[in-house]
Formats: sequence, C-alpha cells, structure tokens
Amino acid sequence: MTQKIVVIGAGMASGRVLEHLSDAGADVEVTLFNAEPRGNYNRIMLSPVLSGDKTYDEIVTHDAHWYAERGVTCRFGEKVASVDRGAKTVTAENGDVLPYDKLVFGTGSNPFIIPFPGHDLEGVIAYRDLEDTERMMGLGEGHKAVVIGGGLLGLEAAAGMAARGVDVTVVHIMGHLMERQLDEAAGYLLRKALIDKGITVKCSANSKEILGENGHVKALLLDDGTELPCDLLVMAVGIRPNVALAQDSGLQVGKGIYVDDQMITSDPDVLAVGECVEHDGAIFGLVAPLYDQAKVAAQTLMGAKATFVQKELSTKLKVTGCDLFSAGDFADGEGREDIVFRDPARGVYKRLVIEDNRIIGAVFYGDTADSNWFFGMIRDKTDISDMRETLIFGPAFQGSAPLDPMAAVAALPPDAEICGCNGICKGTIVEAITGGASDLGAVRATTKASASCGTCTGLVEQLLAVTMGDEFESKQAGICGCTDLTHEEVRRLIKSQELKSMAAVHQELGWKTSCGCHVCRPAINYYLLADWPVEYQDDPQSRFINERKHANIQKDGTFSVVPRMWGGMTTPNELRAIADAAEKYDVPTVHVTGGQRIDLLGVRGEDLPAMWADLNRAGLVSGHAYAKGLRTVKTCVGTDHCRFGTQDSTGLGIKLEKKLWGSWSPHKVKLAVSGCPRNCAEATCKDIGVVCVDSGYQIGVGGAAGMDLKETQRLADVASEQEAIDLATAFMQLYRENAKYLDRPYKWIAKVGLDWVKERIVDDLDERQALIERFELSQSIYQKDPWAEHVAEQANAYQPIADFKLEAAE
Amino acid sequence: MSDWIDIGALGDIPQRGARVVKTPLGCVAVFRTILDEVFALDNACPHKGGPLAEGIVHGSSVTCPLHNWVFSLETGQAQGADDGGVATYPARIDAGRVYLDANFLQMRAAE
Repeated sequence: MTQKIVVIGAGMASGRVLEHLSDAGADVEVTLFNAEPRGNYNRIMLSPVLSGDKTYDEIVTHDAHWYAERGVTCRFGEKVASVDRGAKTVTAENGDVLPYDKLVFGTGSNPFIIPFPGHDLEGVIAYRDLEDTERMMGLGEGHKAVVIGGGLLGLEAAAGMAARGVDVTVVHIMGHLMERQLDEAAGYLLRKALIDKGITVKCSANSKEILGENGHVKALLLDDGTELPCDLLVMAVGIRPNVALAQDSGLQVGKGIYVDDQMITSDPDVLAVGECVEHDGAIFGLVAPLYDQAKVAAQTLMGAKATFVQKELSTKLKVTGCDLFSAGDFADGEGREDIVFRDPARGVYKRLVIEDNRIIGAVFYGDTADSNWFFGMIRDKTDISDMRETLIFGPAFQGSAPLDPMAAVAALPPDAEICGCNGICKGTIVEAITGGASDLGAVRATTKASASCGTCTGLVEQLLAVTMGDEFESKQAGICGCTDLTHEEVRRLIKSQELKSMAAVHQELGWKTSCGCHVCRPAINYYLLADWPVEYQDDPQSRFINERKHANIQKDGTFSVVPRMWGGMTTPNELRAIADAAEKYDVPTVHVTGGQRIDLLGVRGEDLPAMWADLNRAGLVSGHAYAKGLRTVKTCVGTDHCRFGTQDSTGLGIKLEKKLWGSWSPHKVKLAVSGCPRNCAEATCKDIGVVCVDSGYQIGVGGAAGMDLKETQRLADVASEQEAIDLATAFMQLYRENAKYLDRPYKWIAKVGLDWVKERIVDDLDERQALIERFELSQSIYQKDPWAEHVAEQANAYQPIADFKLEAAE
Repeated sequence: MSDWIDIGALGDIPQRGARVVKTPLGCVAVFRTILDEVFALDNACPHKGGPLAEGIVHGSSVTCPLHNWVFSLETGQAQGADDGGVATYPARIDAGRVYLDANFLQMRAAE
C-alpha cells in the first residue's frame, strides 16, 4: 500500500532523503512543507552566490520539475502549525489537515542571535538563507558592514561583501579566527589573507551594544568603547537546532530532536534528519553526516535496516580562496609533539600533532593536497616511526616513491574519502571510471563526487588521469568528442591543407561523427571564414542561436535587441526611434549596458524582423551585442567638452568602430578610447584600449573585466590617429588569424607572448600592412548590417512554419 | 488511421535546422537533418524550457541553446549524463512537402 509521508522542511538532508526514496522507486506519496518560499538548494553554495561567482539558479538542486516528476506535493512558503501524533495528522497554517503514515522532521536550525541591546534593529541580520544573502548583495559599494563572528560563515559573509566593494569589519570574541578548526598559526595566516583583501579584523573583541538611529542600525559598540559604524550588521555566531514544532508535538527534545541510530524520534512513526537532530549527544552542522543520516532515514522509511554511525570528521574548506584542512585533536598537551612545516613565501603552514608515534591531529593552511592521506593515518592510527623524518612532506616522499604529482592520489587506499560532502571513496570513483565514466561530468553524474561544494574537483581529475593514463590526457586535448585534434592543430591544418569547407575538414581530418557537434561546429565555421573569407560560405546552422538570429537569447526564449551607437554617441532622433520600438513591441525591459548601448530585452523572436526594420529606418543598425566579434567602442567626450581632454577620443572611437564593426573573431572584442589618463572610458581593461595623452596615443591590448580581471599591456605609443587605427586593425587581424576559438585576446597573448605580437605589428611595418589588407578583404564581405539583410531576405524564417492555434480557436 | 496534414515545404526548413509549429498547447519543433530526414519534437527542453528549435542540429541530435542538453531527434531522450526527454510526433516527407500526424497533434491538444 502506498505510504503517506509528510516532510517538514526542504533542506539538504530532507532533500537527500527524497532522492534516496525516488532512486529506490519507493511506493510513497510525499507532501513537502517548507517555510522558505522555494525548494531545496545547495546552502553551502550561498557564499559563491554572495561573492558573485555563482547565481541562485546554479545552486538549485531540486527545481519544480524535479518535484513534479516524482509526484512530490510541494507546499512552499507554508509552515506546519501543529502535529497531532495520536491522530497521525499535521495541520497546515491555512487549516488543512493532512494524515500521515510517517512524518519526517527536517526543520534544520536557526541562526543564533545574541540578545545585545539593539539586536532587533532594522539592518541586523543573520547569514542563513537566500534572503540574508540578497540583503548583503544589495548593500552596494562604499557602504559599511560589521560581521560578528569569525567562524566559517562569518568570514565568507565578510569576504563576499568585501568583493562587492563593501567596507567590512569582522569582530571575533576569541583570540584567533576559526578557533574550532584552526590553531593560532593558521588563524594568523587566514587573518593576514583577509586583511590583504581590505577587511578589518578585530579579534578578542567583545561586543556590547548595537546602536541605532530611527530604528535602523548605525554602529556596533565594543566594550572598550570603540564604535564601528555600519549600514548592515551580520551576526554569524552559530546555529541552534530548530526544535520548536517537535517540542510542541510532545517529542523528546534536548539540544536537538532526540533520534536513535535509525533516525527515529521518541515516536516510532516520526523521523528526523539534519541540523535539527541530536544523536548520541552530538548535533550536526557539516553536510557529510547529514547525508549519512538521510541515507539511513530513507532505508528506515522503506522498512530496511540501516544504522547511522558518527564518523571521525575532518574539515576541508576553502575560505575566501584559502585552502584549509584540519582533523583530529590539535591542542597542545603533555606527551604530544609537533611536526611543523612553514613556507612563508607561499603562505603555507602544516602541522601534525603526534602522540605515541601516531598522528592524532593535523592542521594545514594554503596547501591541502595531501590531507586525505594524513586523515587516513589519523583514522587508522598508523604507526609513523619509520617515516617520521619525511612524514610532513606527504605520501610522495615516503619510501623510494618518485616525486610525481599523481603519486599521492595513486597511493590512496580504495576506502579513502575523496568527496566529503557526499561520502564518496576513491574505490567508488575508480569503479565508475573503469565502468566508462571518462570525464568529470560523467563521474559527477554516476557517483555525485565533486557535485556539491566542488573542492575535490582537482582530486577527481587526478583520479581520472591515474586510472585512464594517456587516454584521459588525449581526450582532454581534443576539441570535442568528434576529433582528437586540438584547436591549434585544426587551425594549422585548415591553412596548410587549404581546407575550405566544413565537409572538407570533417573528411580530411577524420572527424568521428557525421557532421560534428555543438562544440566543434561553431569553432570550425569561424576558422574557415577567418582563413578563407572569399572562398568559404558562412554556415548559419553551425552558429549558436545568438549569431544565427542576430540577437541574444534569454532564459525564457525571448531575445534582446541592441542597436549600434557609434563610439557610444546617439541623437534625440535615435532615442525616439528606440523608444517607439520599445512601446510598439511591448518591450518589458530597457537597460543601459556597460558598453554605452541601450539593450531592449524580452523581444519575441517573431517580432525581431519588424522591429529591426523600424530601427533601420531611423538609421540604426545591429550592435552585434551577441557576436563573437567587435562589440563596442566606449569613449569619453575628450576635447569636445572635457576641460582635461588631450585628444578627440570620441572621434577616434567612432573611426575605430566604423573600421572594425561587423568582423567576426574568436571571442568578443571590446574597445575603449579615453581622452586623458584619468581614463573615464576605462580603456585599460579592454581587449584594445587607447589612452590619449598630450603627445599622442598609448595603445594597450589584452585587458579584460569579466571572469578574469586584466589590465592591458602596452603595445606601443604612437603620435598620430592614423597609426593608432592601423595598430588596432592589425592587432585585430593577427588575433583573428591565430587565436583559438573562445580565447579572449588576453588568453591568446598569454600563450604567444606580447613580444611575438609586437614583432609582427609594431616592428615589422610590412607585416602590419599585410594584416590590414587581409582584414579589409574580409570586411569587404562581412561588414554589412545583418538586420537589414535578414529583413530583406529571410524575415519568414522567424515565423512559425505553421500555426494551428488559430484554427483550434475557431 | 493516420491523418497527415501538410505544414509546409521541406525547403522552408534549413538543413541541420528547425522550424516551429504552433499548437494550442505550445510549440512543436520540426527538425531537418543533413540527410533530409524530418523529426517532430516538443519544443520545450525538460530542463529549463529552452526552445529546442533554436539549437544546433548535429547528426540526429539537437543541442538545447540554453544549457547544452543534447537530445536524440529519434527518441526525444536526453543524451549523456542528463536525464529527461521530450515527446516525439510522427512526421514524414512526401513530394517535397512535410506532414505531421493530425491525430497525434489533436491527442496532444486533448491531454
């Protein structure tokens, strides 16, 4: 008979219970309550969201589709008001009464708020959920924040806000940071790393009172009288199991909800998992034991016998980019000896605590590569007398083993835990690899290893290399599964063998698939059109949708439209045409971009040709905001208006854009021209950036301000505007002819070297001229407005081929 | 009994491309491979609803434009590590015209 299960709380532990039930095909009917108005997401990953490395969407583990597919009834944003264990029902906030066969508590924990005076002021928050994260993200540059608590969460909050330009002070009551995971020396290194990031750290500091103004937090007052002004105060001092509902239901509760080894509470039909439970005197905050609990709870629900065992725990963390590891007992004590290794230049610290010839504790900072090996020795109580002298250098230096970066991983026993979050051992991963999982994605899909917090990704890759040998490396090198050749090899062969069509490349270079795939086709299409602009016919079907439809696809399948504004200049007339188009086509969002353009978002694909035609009539053309090609030339107003301008930066920007627009390149290319060294156009972080000075023009290349932040390197200083345009053009063509597809110029320059570039376009005037001529030949074919072309020739392709909607309505 | 309806000329769908047919219950994507086979699939990727008709067609597969899930045009099933699938509908070519099975499309509407 179908078992009715009610789950209270959609967190990482209860989410894992549902996964196990669904994987086992259990005959259950699940209703899931969650007070937060959303399903399960990977709470460990809130910090990358805060720092901007990930988006919320990327950390969702179960989306609506996941629940729907498994028939889970979701009641998100709803609390459970009460539980009647006698009648075996729960009552929702709205009065609904739901019967259950089994009830699962996954109520998690509440952040602990110290009841200082002023703790209830507006602007005092914890760091627990997405709302808190969003509050911190919304603070904005130049504001001040105070974080109380120098543990993991507090430091991640501090670093995340600091990365967003917030002025952050961390206040910690203990003598060093993360005192539960780190010893003083490692705490010192961590503190130094935080100070380098511009964060103020106050240890041994006692908070006294939170000061407010008009009901909003204003400052934190310490007991030594120091006042720390702040706009936001984050309290990250610990968590408490959330037991209120369990207590009201009459379950036995201590620090947490009491559970036995089967995760059953004092009521045999009620289970509990996660941070809300207390098992054998312990409560839990790390994810690994929670997942173990979830496994046991699922087995119990399905009537199978399983036992939850608390394991010796190690902590391996990445705090704000610093690798940390600790395990066992690392306090000083009688009869204990230390082995310490320090490398101040690299910021590495390793300490082993030895008692009776066995390692009983370890703390590593900065280099945690061998931590699994040491943890295994702590757990197995290995006698280390024979290797004591070289012990601290790790497994690669024991016995006669050669110095090999892979040796450490190769030496691990099969039961060595690789993925701490999911409790996956080396043996399981190796088994998956020998069973056919030949890359990181496949290992994640089959074992879940490295699929949660990701800190073990490097180890999993090493296991792939060790297990597969050369096979893994060759797979790494090829463009994709269709060929073993690298991008560079393919580019060279296209030129040397004069391959001028996609079919010729596939045939002559032995492609393993009939017509390539979504990875190689766009690359090959680019190489062919860049190397054979006259002979090769561009293939729209080998382009990503954005370049095929000349608009950026958005998450809901609509598109964005960005008209070109030469050098960032526009006119009332153009603005009127843009406003008219926005109204006529019901554009929901109008946004101004960082490249000095206007972005019209949310346009239906079917409306694109008509909208383009309207914009064309006002003289506007495609801004190529979707292209691996020239995007924008950003300028300041230079000598036109600015009292500091040294040259006509706006005019030069427009000339550069008129010269380079419409050209395709390995990746997007952004330019800027600033009229003086104050650099208002931010030219020093562009692919090509010109800074005007009194004596002429400084040309920089290889800047970036995206995934990586790179300052341009100086290519040359020139006296005339024409030379500046020539250098930029020659650089563009050299990049187009030589770089790997999807390498921005800075990545390409890192491979070939700036000197190599200079030799060809600064020193060798003939080569510079030849490059410019080849660029101009390509432009004679490709410099055209794709909007006008598509409106004239293929507007129909944007419409449905048939529409049965109307007929059905009739 | 099949009831084939003419949705347009084969030439209106690019090789290694697709066009959309609108139905009362969402869009069906009609794909044409390099070998001039046609396949009809639900247009919405089960992952985040990406429009499959806008994807790159390779062999008898299509890659969703939003997050690169790859689907078999023959079975509608996701390939590789991803798990999921979309419905497929009978489609055929006759004398340069593309036909879909009206009964199937109506069943879809009735669902």
